[in-house]
Amino acid sequence: MSKMESEQEFEKARSPFAEAWGMFRRNHTAVGALGVLLLILLGAIFGPFLYGVDPFEMVWAPFSPPGEEGFMLGTDYLGRDLLAMIISGARVSLLIGLSAALVSILIGVTVGALAGFYRGWVEEVLMRVTEFFQVLPTLLFSMVLVALFGASLPMITFAIGVVSWTAVARITRSEFLRIRELEYVMAARASGGSNKTLMFTVILPNALPPIIVQSALMVGSAILFEAGLSFLGLTDPNVVSWGQIIGSNRQYILDAGYTVTFPGIAIFVTVLAISLVGDGLNDALNPKLRQR
Amino acid sequence: MAPLLEVENLRIELTTRDGIAPVIDDLSFTLNAGETLSFVGESGCGKSMTALALMGLLPDKIGRVASGKIIFNNEDLTQASDARLREIRGNDISMIFQEPMTSLNPVFTIGEQIAEVLRAHQGLSRAAAWAKAVELLDAVRIPNPKGRASDYPFQMSGGQRQRAMIAMALACEPKILIADEPTTALDVTVQAQIFDLLTDLRRQTSAAIILITHDMGAVAEMAERMIVMYAGRKAEFGPVDQIITHPRHPYTKGLISCVPHIVSDMTEERPDLIEVPGIVPSLKDFGQDRCLFASRCAYVTDKCQASRPSKKLFSNGQIADCWHAEDL
Amino acid sequence: MPKTLLDVDGLTVRFEVKRGSGWGKKSYLYAVDDISFEVKQGETLSIVGESGSGKTTAALAVARLVPAHSGTVMLDDGNVLEKQGEDLRQTRQKVQFIFQDPYSSLNPRKRADSIVREPLDNLSEKSEDEKTTIVAELFEAVGLRPEQMKLFPHQFSGGQRQRIGIARALATQPELIICDEPVSALDVAVQAQILNLLRKLQREYNLTYLFISHDLGVVQHMSDAIAVMYMGKIVEHADRISLFTSPRHPYTQALLSAVPTVDRTQRAKQKRILIPGDPPDPINLPKGCRFANRCPIAEAQCSQTEPELKDVGQGHKVACHLV
Repeated sequence: MSKMESEQEFEKARSPFAEAWGMFRRNHTAVGALGVLLLILLGAIFGPFLYGVDPFEMVWAPFSPPGEEGFMLGTDYLGRDLLAMIISGARVSLLIGLSAALVSILIGVTVGALAGFYRGWVEEVLMRVTEFFQVLPTLLFSMVLVALFGASLPMITFAIGVVSWTAVARITRSEFLRIRELEYVMAARASGGSNKTLMFTVILPNALPPIIVQSALMVGSAILFEAGLSFLGLTDPNVVSWGQIIGSNRQYILDAGYTVTFPGIAIFVTVLAISLVGDGLNDALNPKLRQR
Repeated sequence: MAPLLEVENLRIELTTRDGIAPVIDDLSFTLNAGETLSFVGESGCGKSMTALALMGLLPDKIGRVASGKIIFNNEDLTQASDARLREIRGNDISMIFQEPMTSLNPVFTIGEQIAEVLRAHQGLSRAAAWAKAVELLDAVRIPNPKGRASDYPFQMSGGQRQRAMIAMALACEPKILIADEPTTALDVTVQAQIFDLLTDLRRQTSAAIILITHDMGAVAEMAERMIVMYAGRKAEFGPVDQIITHPRHPYTKGLISCVPHIVSDMTEERPDLIEVPGIVPSLKDFGQDRCLFASRCAYVTDKCQASRPSKKLFSNGQIADCWHAEDL
Repeated sequence: MPKTLLDVDGLTVRFEVKRGSGWGKKSYLYAVDDISFEVKQGETLSIVGESGSGKTTAALAVARLVPAHSGTVMLDDGNVLEKQGEDLRQTRQKVQFIFQDPYSSLNPRKRADSIVREPLDNLSEKSEDEKTTIVAELFEAVGLRPEQMKLFPHQFSGGQRQRIGIARALATQPELIICDEPVSALDVAVQAQILNLLRKLQREYNLTYLFISHDLGVVQHMSDAIAVMYMGKIVEHADRISLFTSPRHPYTQALLSAVPTVDRTQRAKQKRILIPGDPPDPINLPKGCRFANRCPIAEAQCSQTEPELKDVGQGHKVACHLV
């Protein structure tokens, strides 16, 4: 049609995902954090096979300092190998972090999407429910749940998920409210799209970036939350988690500080890495920064 | 009489991801007191960048004046300190923007915002500044100015906000008023009112106006002289009437003919509009030693691709930067 | 005389507005108030007006994209406003929309070809191969290259994006295309490209346009007939030549005189009519003519009774007591 347009150099079709990765790659801190996170993940998956010490077995005298007697991180108050416990704890902490985040995303996205899409009384009811959960004292509420229904891993996961979905719901709703007014949603309606199509294939994919960022950060906060619960003793006694190691050794903090320091560092590094990755995702997925 | 403002061989460079691009490439012009000079072109041609350069408001760290002079009152603004530029910005040169909603502060009333400018630049007392603000609102024909001065921007219509912006810009009786697409966001009947207002104010204060627009109609109504910008360069320069009756640059010609105008002798015949094909080149292609319009031009020859066209001066004061200006 | 394709009668669209605290009685904003017009097969009717005139709302109501309060929209002897379910799907095939903003009207997560294909997927029963062929033909018809089909919207310029929007609107071979300010977000040179394309497509496919615009120059170029709206009402409705050469309503006259023009004879001939003040509050409309408070020739009766849209000869309709 016009010569200029045909002269334009042919641009390659890059998917939004490839584009976001390109942006993410330029943030060196976030890439570093992602590396650390992958190492932790690999350690959690393969660690127990590589380091075959049973974390529940009393292998040596209690309070053996790190590096001495052949135990890299020493032993705890029962004489269990701290390194084995931290490796094993990584599995539990990460698992709870991920699945609690998943639970809260499922609840949050559903509530937020319905509220933002249908508006009216649906929104009114759902947002009041959301507010109800928002004003609950979260730690207390999840303690009650765990105390009532027993301290199993699924219950703890659920307890964490159920108190932390409100932020996702609010973000999803506000994104839906914004996007539903955009012309491409109107265009999809004019093209005969049903409500279901509009919600799930038109609006939701476009609402995802802030939800993804929030989810990443939520994995971190769920790990912290779990640590808090197990510190208080509300944890499955049959598994080891980082918070539980700190909790059970807390009386000896003055005599054997390392028993709480090492799991503390593990939590700190993991959560920090997750936040940094979340930050990087935020920049990568933010369309304003993506413009050349 | 010496011109009010003289711009000489101005070159402004912008640092982009693809390197340094000359967004303004060798621009020279003069502005006389009391005249209206218009900058015309599509978006991305450097119109707004010229305005920002005159105001000393180039984007920090990204944009800089690479060479050339901006002489105002025997002073070269490209060499002036930030403090001096601030002084000039409020007092001697002021600017109105396209979107009056975003350029007014939403948490202060219109009156407070205008009074603030007066107090900062003219050292008026609180009461005197307020009185003057009301006076200014009256001057820009806002009905019931006393009452409206206590309104917040969101309580006003788009046209009234733009008037309030103009009142603020006029607060210190500037010698130059830069209007960057002042009516693009407004309805035509409101645009007519704003143009009317600007023309009257210019007559009363003898300020010079620089009108930046993409609308040839607006240029024809408002300005005496015009500069057509393309890809950071001056394409054509001269008296508005002469250029509109006989454009010497194919881009100017395209800009005039591609818009459907309301004409006096309307007929049933409606031939297709004459297109300017393609789009403005991206920044990375600016500054090459060839005619940057060549790829969209119907009159293109080998010469256009080989070197940057030089100025062609015509006896009526028109200047066109085109190798084929005489043949058009 | 071409047959009438779209016949709109008494169309009203109102929105509920909350005023005051909670429990007060509901008030309504009549964005479109009892308007009637018709569009002939293969022609273009433009609805022109300033912001807040209700022109876009009227267009959206015709396309069933906002709910109408009352009135009828007859297309092919069926009332569009009453269609439900499968009937509505059939109607959607016949009425398509081109949106104003090429930046927000394309889903940023879809590739160009699937955007154009979307109406076919939702509304037609065609086979995959047929759809692919149609999409390829549409790309060519609107002047895009086949290798651009797999690109995402942000990789196109504004004009190219609008071409994608046009291709999408053409996909189901609609009888009526509603163009809502299709060029107002584009640069002047690109505007001409799109306007020429729209006219070329109209000739080739015998399309009927309902064209919404605030730009009188564009309207003059594109339309066969024009309806001027002010505050939800049609104040004047006439064919192109008649409206532009002898506008009868004082608002139309003011509107036309306000357009800056490069034509010097036009400028010399024309005295600009300034209309002071602002339009009335759309929720508390005055009784009588809505333009009365800004009208240069208003008389006492104008603020008492509302003028009807009446024929003043050769189909030129005006809603003014003084014409």
